[in-house]
Amino acid sequence: MRTHSRIRVDPIACDGRGLCAELLPELISLDDWGYPIIRDVDVPPELVREALEVVRVCPKLALRLEAIRQS
Amino acid sequence: MSAIVTAASGSQWLWYVSRGSGLILLALFSVVVVLGVATRTGSAPRTWHHFTVAELHRTLSLFAVALLTLHVVTAIADPYVSIGWWATIIPFVSHYKAAALGLGTLAVDFGAAVILTSLFRHRLGFKAWRAVHWLAYLAWPVAFVHSLRAGNDLGITWVYGVEWGSAALVATAVVARVLHAARPAVSGGRRDPLSAAIPVRARIGPR
Amino acid sequence: MTGLQSLDRDNFAVVSQPAAPAGLPRLLGGLLAGPTALSEHIVRYGRLPSLGSDRSPSLELIELVDRSGLRGRGGASFPTALKLAAVAGQRGRAIVVGNGTEGEPASSKDKVLLARCPHLVLDGAVVSARAVGAAEAIVVCHPAVRELVDLAIRERRKTEIDSVRLRAVNAAERFVAGEASAVIHWLEGGIPTPTRTPPRLAERGLHGRPTLVQNVETLAHLALIARYGASWYREVGTDAEPGSMLVTLLGAVHRPGVYEVAIGTRVSDVLGEGGGAVGKPQALLLGGYFGSWASYDEAVERSFSHAGLAQLGAGPGAGLLAVLPSDACGLVETARVARYLASESAGQCGPCVFGLPALAGELECLASGKAFDRARLERWLGQVDGRGACRHPDGVVRMVRSALVVFGAELERHGRGRCCAPGTTEILPVPGDVR
Repeated sequence: MRTHSRIRVDPIACDGRGLCAELLPELISLDDWGYPIIRDVDVPPELVREALEVVRVCPKLALRLEAIRQS
Repeated sequence: MSAIVTAASGSQWLWYVSRGSGLILLALFSVVVVLGVATRTGSAPRTWHHFTVAELHRTLSLFAVALLTLHVVTAIADPYVSIGWWATIIPFVSHYKAAALGLGTLAVDFGAAVILTSLFRHRLGFKAWRAVHWLAYLAWPVAFVHSLRAGNDLGITWVYGVEWGSAALVATAVVARVLHAARPAVSGGRRDPLSAAIPVRARIGPR
Repeated sequence: MTGLQSLDRDNFAVVSQPAAPAGLPRLLGGLLAGPTALSEHIVRYGRLPSLGSDRSPSLELIELVDRSGLRGRGGASFPTALKLAAVAGQRGRAIVVGNGTEGEPASSKDKVLLARCPHLVLDGAVVSARAVGAAEAIVVCHPAVRELVDLAIRERRKTEIDSVRLRAVNAAERFVAGEASAVIHWLEGGIPTPTRTPPRLAERGLHGRPTLVQNVETLAHLALIARYGASWYREVGTDAEPGSMLVTLLGAVHRPGVYEVAIGTRVSDVLGEGGGAVGKPQALLLGGYFGSWASYDEAVERSFSHAGLAQLGAGPGAGLLAVLPSDACGLVETARVARYLASESAGQCGPCVFGLPALAGELECLASGKAFDRARLERWLGQVDGRGACRHPDGVVRMVRSALVVFGAELERHGRGRCCAPGTTEILPVPGDVR
């Protein structure tokens, strides 16, 4: 069983501050109003550190890493 | 008498370090407040990233904690004045200048609450973290009055400059924060959840 | 709870009941337009079979519902037995919430049902409470019918027929207020906005208790299934989608109103319940304001069911069929509804708060023949879809995308500054903005 993780945003908490897109442009871009569009893909191993950083840095604590288990 | 003279001349550096670090701290915390407001309002110099502002706010405040430790330890270790170690956390129990130093202790207590909750904010959750973070706006003026009353250096021009320069910085930040909170809703959309007090509208529909 | 097993007999069909309704109507069976008193209700449908007052969930009841194939009538069509099982499997005191909010301004079926047959809904609340092991059920209803529901509850209390505590609460009158988590939020804190999804309501809902939220029409069907069994329920409708449903007809039909039809009835026959369409309509809005437009010609011979409408990218939704006459403009209607839906955003999520008014603005340009940016509209539709905490923006996107397809020819005309509609008829009700 392998554990992958994806970045998830709580759309109610999110205020569109944009720090996440600055730190992880490979996975997060901004829509026309400044809110994050997060690619629904597993975080590749080389970006895990940035993903954790992005979750830590969000001023509204709106991001989390969701573990997706696949067998 | 000779003991006091010996102690006074030998411990000069403790006193200077304490007072000097205090002034630096005032300026530093003022910058931290400005950066905090900038983080909240999303304002930054054009070439800065939002995360730069946010991380600088965090880094500087942690550095300030280190400097604050130096400031407090040198003040208490200084044998020239009697403060007592309890005064680090309990306000107004110092023997020397109880009121002025007590304010410093109070500021440290508030600041410690802000810093600790920030370090653990992911566990606390946003609402609890933010409620405590408001204490920062209380900690700063308390620290400011402490800086005016606890030292004896207001006569020196540049000290005067640091004091009131810091005050000006923080006052500007507070005004900016208030204006940000008072801004109208953007593009006709609400940013506050529906309130039950919104008037009920007539329903139209076939029967 | 693992695997539901079927039983050989319906344990709840009681011989001495009045005969089960054959065919239709089932729910809207009252002869008069007024509310049914408890005595009339019992004469027509008989008493609810004794369900016992055991506080533990009833596996037999859930299996009965499973065999009936009942699906929710709030718009999502979720299999009711699965919902019951999800709540029944939780620890803690479960509670039932009957959702009669009906935030959709064009739909009236829940209000009509509560006004005419409150006892069916209340019976259903009792049945579902028994199924999940709840001792309490709250029926959330439109203020206009609140008194009738209260009256019905008082009647039942006097005769002490229920082992479940029933009470009615006024619904909030907002579009998103009918969403399940918004109903709970409304009951708990007086704010009718959807909340974040984990935890699910079945696990932690009202005041942290396992909560069953069920549309009031679903409850009414439950009340009849408990009396007459699963095979009876399946006598009308299709195999995949059995039973009857309430529909709201409005727009260019002779007799707009709420009717009961078998699921899978041809759209033309559904319209026939209301005296048929007036003239030759252009298009239909199916399901609700969160549903889809379909061209009249393409839709009219299809069955009104998920299977029948899926190819058109539409579904029965909450039972709305709005008929757009040939002298109305589909793009104008779409723009009006989009603007209304934008103003009904709960205001919690950026893409909805900013995206919906942006969409509405672009549609208004389109509707009035001004220059509009098709690429930008498409981009915004993509940026809004699925990016809120609830399905409100998704519904708007679905409705708008279907309009762009169905009214494609009209789009071209508007691009040249023309419109097919001679007048300014407004078909879809959009409550006036008091704010």
